[in-house]
Amino acid sequence: MLNQIYTKGAGLPLQGSDVAVAWDGLYWFLFWLSVFFFVLVVGGMIYFAIVYRQREGKKAKYIVDNHLLEATWTVIPTVLLLVIFAWGWNVYKRMVQPPSDAMEVRVIGKQWLWNFQYEDGRLETNKLVVPIHKPVKLLMTSEDVLHSFFIPNFRVKSDVVPGMYTTVWFEAKVPGEHQVFCTEYCGTSHSGMLAKIEVLEPAQYELWKANKPYTLSGVRTISSDIFAARRAAGESTQLKSETIPLPEQGKKLVEAKGCTACHSADGSARIGPSYKGIFGHEAELANGEKVTVDENYISESIRKPQAKVVKGFNPVMPPYTKEMISETEMNAIIAYIKSLK
Amino acid sequence: MSQPLNTTGVHHHAHHFDSADHEFQASKQGMWIFMVTEVLMIGAIFVGYLIMRARYPEAFHEAHKLLNVKLGALNTAVLILSSYTMVRGVSAAQRGNNKLTIRMLMTTIALALVFCVVKYFEYSHKIHEGTLPGGNYTYAELSMPHVPLFFSFYFIMTGIHAFHVLVGIGLMTWMIKRVKSGEITPEFFTPVELVGFYWHFVDLVWIYLFPLLYLLG
Amino acid sequence: MSHSNTATLSNEIHGDNYLNHSKGLKSWLTTLDHKRIGLMYLATVLFFFLLGGIFALIMRLNLMSYGHPVVDANTYNKLMTFHGAIMVFLVIIPAIPGAIGNFVLPMMCGAKDVAFPRLNLASYYIYLFGALFATAALIGGGVDTGWTFYTPYSIRTSGPVILVLLGAFIAGFASILTGLNFIVTLHKLRAPGQSWSRLPLLCWALYATSIIQVLATPVLAITLVLLMMERVFKIGIFDPALGGDPILFQHFFWFYSHPAVYIMILPAMGVFSEIIPVFSRKPIFGYRAIALASFGIALVAFIVWGHHLFVSGQSELANFIFSLLTMFVAVPTGVKVFSWVGTMYKGSIRFNAPMLYAFGFIELFTIGGLTGVFLATLAIDVHMTDTYFVIAHFHYVMVGGSIMGLVGGMHYWFPKVTGRMYNETIAKWSFGFIIFGFNLTFFPQFIAGSQGMPRRYWSQLPEFDLWNRLSTVGSWFLAVGFVMVAYDMIRSARKGPIAGPNPWEALTLEWQTPSPPPHENFIETPVVTSWPYEYKPSRG
Repeated sequence: MLNQIYTKGAGLPLQGSDVAVAWDGLYWFLFWLSVFFFVLVVGGMIYFAIVYRQREGKKAKYIVDNHLLEATWTVIPTVLLLVIFAWGWNVYKRMVQPPSDAMEVRVIGKQWLWNFQYEDGRLETNKLVVPIHKPVKLLMTSEDVLHSFFIPNFRVKSDVVPGMYTTVWFEAKVPGEHQVFCTEYCGTSHSGMLAKIEVLEPAQYELWKANKPYTLSGVRTISSDIFAARRAAGESTQLKSETIPLPEQGKKLVEAKGCTACHSADGSARIGPSYKGIFGHEAELANGEKVTVDENYISESIRKPQAKVVKGFNPVMPPYTKEMISETEMNAIIAYIKSLK
Repeated sequence: MSQPLNTTGVHHHAHHFDSADHEFQASKQGMWIFMVTEVLMIGAIFVGYLIMRARYPEAFHEAHKLLNVKLGALNTAVLILSSYTMVRGVSAAQRGNNKLTIRMLMTTIALALVFCVVKYFEYSHKIHEGTLPGGNYTYAELSMPHVPLFFSFYFIMTGIHAFHVLVGIGLMTWMIKRVKSGEITPEFFTPVELVGFYWHFVDLVWIYLFPLLYLLG
Repeated sequence: MSHSNTATLSNEIHGDNYLNHSKGLKSWLTTLDHKRIGLMYLATVLFFFLLGGIFALIMRLNLMSYGHPVVDANTYNKLMTFHGAIMVFLVIIPAIPGAIGNFVLPMMCGAKDVAFPRLNLASYYIYLFGALFATAALIGGGVDTGWTFYTPYSIRTSGPVILVLLGAFIAGFASILTGLNFIVTLHKLRAPGQSWSRLPLLCWALYATSIIQVLATPVLAITLVLLMMERVFKIGIFDPALGGDPILFQHFFWFYSHPAVYIMILPAMGVFSEIIPVFSRKPIFGYRAIALASFGIALVAFIVWGHHLFVSGQSELANFIFSLLTMFVAVPTGVKVFSWVGTMYKGSIRFNAPMLYAFGFIELFTIGGLTGVFLATLAIDVHMTDTYFVIAHFHYVMVGGSIMGLVGGMHYWFPKVTGRMYNETIAKWSFGFIIFGFNLTFFPQFIAGSQGMPRRYWSQLPEFDLWNRLSTVGSWFLAVGFVMVAYDMIRSARKGPIAGPNPWEALTLEWQTPSPPPHENFIETPVVTSWPYEYKPSRG
């Protein structure tokens, strides 16, 4: 039955997540409301055009306005629009607020591919593998220009912006293959910047995690063949031999890059603040302002260390450019700091 | 932008107006509307500056110390004085004192040139030191992030202002020519008055730029 | 008017009028006559409409079926960029104000010309100059930024981006000057008795448009300057690699470009507010409400730009506010649509081509407006934005609204401009082709978009083939319709039957003077004694 991402005919894509179900409810409400108003306006127009066409002996009536009627067609749409707004906001909140236990995957967009970086250290290109019925949160950034991560079956989308982290979350409920599009124009091969999400049953997911052969069952897309061909040619998916968990990669990186000379992992202050227990907490800055330590703050503090200096420390850290620490490495370092509770 | 004047260039009113005053009122309204577009254009870049300043207050504060307040203050005084000479020029034109009009317009041009010379020294000093916008910033003694951003705004804002000053000099030169030709009379002095409007606006922009960039940072 | 009555006896136009008042190319290129300037605007706008339209046809052909592209990806991206930039900056924004507005507005006021005729001519040349820059960029290898110039791609990509930016920057000043001229004309040059409450609705609509042109365009100007500086001097304000903020660019850009959407649609609404009562032989329903709605729309236009940034990384609070505010665009818009249909109620409706375009406009604009509500709804927009749903939506509004207004208005005022009548049969057939072709081109895009088909894709997935095929076939019908209009107009301008001063028996002032109008519009300055929609049954 579910052999393609798009429902047959002119309907919406299949409902791959609970958010999609809520979204479709709102969509169809708007759809039928629009049909009603379209019939009212255009039907009324056609009816008037026929009934009141110019005829011998028939004169037009002199009507200038009708305040009651005008008030009605001002007030009723206003009320309806407010209802639509509130409903839209309600569904939107569900779309953008991930549950706290969501599994995290890091996404890096670059011209013209998607890299997915898993907690266990794996790095895959254009293929995101997730377990079914588990909330998944994507932490996304770009290495070059704007991109946008769009999964029609899950009805979620967010721009992917260089220099900051944005998120998208979903809980897949249909196993199989789901299409990902880049939806922010990013240059020559924008239309080739595609990826697939593979939603696996728990047992198959465990096999994948263990790096063993697994089978993908469930929905397929018509264009699966295209992707299968590309995969066979080794074009779009590569499994990196590196399978050290992401936080451990980060630990190695901060040692290799010399960060530990100034930053401890045990809570003791050196030249700079310790990594321990800072993630998700507030830090007081030299200028008295407070900032929550999150992905954006850590990334900024590595790229531009003087921008927001923690109180009690001197602004002596040199900046680290993308050539020195790549976005992929950045993700590992953040995962490491995050793991030091 | 290069044609803020809405005059018809003839001292009797154009055929589609009832009277010279009718035409003057229309021209004045047109000029006001043009000034509104100028405010919106400069306003947009002010908003951009304020947003970035709110984000990186320290960097902007440190960067503004590199500006020369004395030269900025000197230029402020020069422009305020030029506004005064402009007012006298316009009032002389209204009274038909063409000699005084020309003298005042020339003084205003001279002051505008003084402004440009001071600006030239400021710019060349910055080019020499490397306190330049964004990617061109090379000043080693202050290497905070976002300091170059301050200089991006500094050069863009003062640059747009300086461009307006140059346009003003051109317009005043044109006015001197028209006064000399005897076109400007107590019955028809619209062009001079509108150039006066324009010049006051240019001064006013600087009155905002100076404290914002030089004093507050 | 007596001399034009005698003219109807033969198929020759006699007497002094704005077309034969002075002769030679130079008399046109240096003219200060608002009517001639309007026609020069029209000719240039239509040339670029043809160019942008050809680009669109190539793009549609390219997308017709999966795996059979007709151009390569780079070429497609350039076509996409120039189609958008040309249609927005060089066609739709100047179309109705520059062409129809210039021709009609002073006459509707009862004025001899606009307030500043030289500035008006300057506006045309500035526009032409801007257009030349854009054309130079096209000849110089093309630009692939997309018409929205989003940073940082527009900073990084190669090609003559600066030429296009300069073109849009310069054309913007033409738009400002037109707006400025109209505002002063409306304030200072109305004929005796032409009070504000008697002003035709097209004038009200153009007034509201002018306010937006004057207030929003300078913000675009400075934004484009900053972007040029990014490319030349690496100023870094919008470049994340230099500490800048690419989303700030989007805010700046849409602060202009969202109001610009209303620069495009308000004049079309004004055109149909004139056409509908004339062909219904009835007063416009709710004159005051329609006039006020234009200003309501203009006001709201300035505070809703953030709805273009719902998935950009902008804060949730901002999304909340912008979504809520955007909903209020629909209220005054709805008032207008209801009022137009209400005008037809108990009328005596004639089915001439301008009225057919009014029907078409209401059909298309209603769909465009209703789908706008979808996109204003936060959750819906997250899925729909940057898909073909958005493409379909704004083509329904921009083509279904603005271009219908332009073409409908061209038919309506054709007898006034040329003194001759267009061919009603060809006009009706071409309307049929346009309305059928338009719906066939763009309705399938709603479906494809809701299924997730992304915009600005050189190559689409085979899942969407059906919709893409329908759309491409539709674009041919649309093109045939426009070619028929062009054929009819070019032919009828020279050979059409003499129309007489007021073939539609309209009451606005431009019809109370010979066709084509004399050099200074009226033989005697008109004195207005009633409002322009006083269609008493006795006169029907």
